[in-house]
Amino acid sequence: MRARPDPPPTPLLEVNGISVRFGAVQALEGVSLEIRRGEIVAIIGPNGAGKTTLLNVVSGFYQPYEGQILFEGRDRTQLRPYDVAALGVARTFQNVALFKGMSVLDNIMTGRLLKMRGSFLLEALYWGPAMKQELAHREFVERIIDFLEIQAIRKASAGKLPYGLQKRVELARALAAEPKLLLLDEPMAGMNVEEKEDMCRFILGVNDEFGTTIALIEHDMSVVMDISDRVIALDYGRKIADGRPDEVRADQGVIDAYLGVAHA
Amino acid sequence: MIYREAGQFKSTYASDQAVFPILQDRVIAGLVLVAAVIAVPLVANEYWLQAVLIPFLIYALAALGLNLLTGYAGQVSLGTGGFMAVGAYAAFKITSAFPGLNIVVAFLLAGLAAALVGVLFGIPSLRIKGFYLAVATLAAQFFLIWLFNKVAWFTNYASSGTITAPPRRMLGIMVTGPEATAPVRYLVALGLVALFAVIAKNLVRGRVGRSWMAIRDRDIAAEIIGVRPLRTKLLAFAISSFFCGVAGAEYVFLYLGSAETLAFDINVSFLVLFMVIIGGLGSVLGSFLGAAFIVMVPILLTNAPHLLGLAMPVALQKQIELMVFGGLIVAFLIVEPHGLARLWQVAKDKLRLWPFPY
Amino acid sequence: MLDLLHAVLVAPFKDMAGSPTFLVEVLIGGLAAGLMYSLVALGFVLIYKASGVFNFAQGVMVLFAALTLVGLIERGAPLVVALVLTTAVMVALAFAIERVVLRPLVNQEQIILFMATIGLNFFLEGFGEFAWGSDVKKLDVGIPDTSFMVWGVQVNRLELTAAITAAVLVAIMAVFFQRTRVGRALRAVADDHEAALSIGIPLNTIWIVVWSVAGLVAIVAGIMWGAKSGVQFSLSLIALKALPVLILGGFTSVPGAIVGGLIIGTGEKLAEVYWGPLVGGAIENWFAYMLALAFLLVRPQGLFGEKIIERV
Repeated sequence: MRARPDPPPTPLLEVNGISVRFGAVQALEGVSLEIRRGEIVAIIGPNGAGKTTLLNVVSGFYQPYEGQILFEGRDRTQLRPYDVAALGVARTFQNVALFKGMSVLDNIMTGRLLKMRGSFLLEALYWGPAMKQELAHREFVERIIDFLEIQAIRKASAGKLPYGLQKRVELARALAAEPKLLLLDEPMAGMNVEEKEDMCRFILGVNDEFGTTIALIEHDMSVVMDISDRVIALDYGRKIADGRPDEVRADQGVIDAYLGVAHA
Repeated sequence: MIYREAGQFKSTYASDQAVFPILQDRVIAGLVLVAAVIAVPLVANEYWLQAVLIPFLIYALAALGLNLLTGYAGQVSLGTGGFMAVGAYAAFKITSAFPGLNIVVAFLLAGLAAALVGVLFGIPSLRIKGFYLAVATLAAQFFLIWLFNKVAWFTNYASSGTITAPPRRMLGIMVTGPEATAPVRYLVALGLVALFAVIAKNLVRGRVGRSWMAIRDRDIAAEIIGVRPLRTKLLAFAISSFFCGVAGAEYVFLYLGSAETLAFDINVSFLVLFMVIIGGLGSVLGSFLGAAFIVMVPILLTNAPHLLGLAMPVALQKQIELMVFGGLIVAFLIVEPHGLARLWQVAKDKLRLWPFPY
Repeated sequence: MLDLLHAVLVAPFKDMAGSPTFLVEVLIGGLAAGLMYSLVALGFVLIYKASGVFNFAQGVMVLFAALTLVGLIERGAPLVVALVLTTAVMVALAFAIERVVLRPLVNQEQIILFMATIGLNFFLEGFGEFAWGSDVKKLDVGIPDTSFMVWGVQVNRLELTAAITAAVLVAIMAVFFQRTRVGRALRAVADDHEAALSIGIPLNTIWIVVWSVAGLVAIVAGIMWGAKSGVQFSLSLIALKALPVLILGGFTSVPGAIVGGLIIGTGEKLAEVYWGPLVGGAIENWFAYMLALAFLLVRPQGLFGEKIIERV
């Protein structure tokens, strides 16, 4: 449970009545929610509830057939993923989408791509403005590497790391983009207690130090209780609860969803 | 003992990012360069220059181009021969129309022409991936060859249907044409491939290279991070075709002297692809190693029987060549999919420990 | 300008309408050629459907099968014996491929397997020439390459036989994949090697079976091709044309391979006969690929392929 000052009035992200369908499968139906600046919001729900689909819609990877998405007050529903990224949304993925053929350092540097200006001609020459920019970004990335304590593996090939470290590198890559909104898809899946504590520490640190708004999908209730300001629960593609952690935990609909009571 | 990095500390990111961070590597690279520029032209005989070194340098450039597209950006291409043809015919037309123009400039302009064609045939790559893209590049290959065959304008209406490199000078020395000597042509080819290798290395270790590799490894995640797929892929096609175009021009002007479209048919595309696979996908050094390997195999097959005192008919040699190539591809993919470059890396790692076991 | 438009958009159709029997003969020629492509494509589809491997060497396998058959016949074996022996050779080849190429590469990415089959392609080409020599051979299977008249249109006996054979093959394969237990297992293997292994499907046996059957299909294709145009090395190049067929028809669809082949064959012939003269001919060299390319832009998974849904 965390005590926080009241967040500013305009929400960072507004989702209004989003619906997504894959063929005959209704993945999301009429989902509306708000994420305010500086919050940490947890999204919970049983498997198949549509949590990852929700993140994918916000990322611009899926297009909803109805509904609206507003980012910083402006309509962003039909944007392509790279434009959404340019607005300041970064994310990690359920199945760790690192670039296996590159080193850890290079992976994190790809997170800086949107901040890199320059023509390939200058880069072909390297010495000069391209090199200066590259080194400046390298410095920034090194600070993230320090923050997440992964100095020792920076030259290692990303594909060969253990799962827990891969997740951390993915977080580093997302942070490298200096996002306004950070979407984390099960960042602690498959981790042991110590690793989870480390991750919690990092997530809280990111929120505290950089003021990044964070939305994370998470199954571990103790983590959810510990670090989130608000919890949103989904089930069968619909939102069934939205409020403070202790409220949502006691909500009958949420309890039913997790215990699998027969639906009408 | 000798090959160690102990004691070599990097105090700036700049030195860490250098191409040859280890001192011993820098020394080796320097020695190779000196040998290539000075020793070889003095020592090597005509046969070695004409039959081995010049084609090696030219193929290395083509392999470098293909490696950027297929190895780094992950776009499979079977159209290399076609793009080389564009370079060759463009260079021919340009230098015929402007005889006073410096021939290297003509090569570079020809490269630009090839780059444009490459971009055109690369546009489908946004919708099409993997093998489908390979088939699309086959369309480029067959169409371009047909075009150069049919449209006589490209050969300046020569009745033989071939293009011939006209004699051209640079700095007063004959560079192309029947009077250009092998060492001169060798040095021109060396200069060009060295320049482009440096450019390629700079590109792949920076922003461009990372966006290519991101698209190659996980294109969807790359897009979500902010990589613009079409731009990135088209840049890869453009730069790759540029390299292949220059290589194609060099192929006619610095090596064959004259050629027809047969010199750029589908087999060339496969040959360069083999160089890239055997040398190592996604490695600048690998392009050179693969080219060297593929150029050497027929040479060895031609000369080995004489050394062993056997007689081998030409047809048999070709068959063995095919079998060896094919077999080696499979063997490499099984043993070391990352090719000779990775083997080299492993050897260097072992060398760092030598003579200690661990 | 108007002349050009007229020549491209109007004149060819007038030619077609002008002599309908000729048009029908061109169409039949195209269908026949297309059928040949389909036979090669069938082998591709079989292997891809069942092992997820894109066998670039399928064309060379056709050539190799034809070479072996002709080579045995030349050495005096009667046709039936030669067929049996060739079948044995193709099965042995399947064993060898499974052992040497597929097993060590199990579960590697598709692109690696694809490149391995390119290597296989070249190896078999060299080996085929080494074993059987490089001159063009004539293959005689007892069906004369003559035509007879049907409703005023010429129909070629050989092409008719090829059509019937292909139809029978397709029917057999369709039933095999959809209705039998082995067929289901094959589809599982194509989907995911490791998962199939983990539920006890004997991967190695399956692969040997599949590549053997593909070898049989290659024999049939080889016979048809060889009887029509003689057994020669351009066969493997023609087999490259099967790739656009697969693009049109989808990599996993047996009916798609047939339909795709027919479309490519007829399209090619029509283009060559009616539009070819405008540009000096030989359009056939690239028309199939361009057609496939155009198709891909509109429908990246081909006519019959499964729609690719990407998940993150």
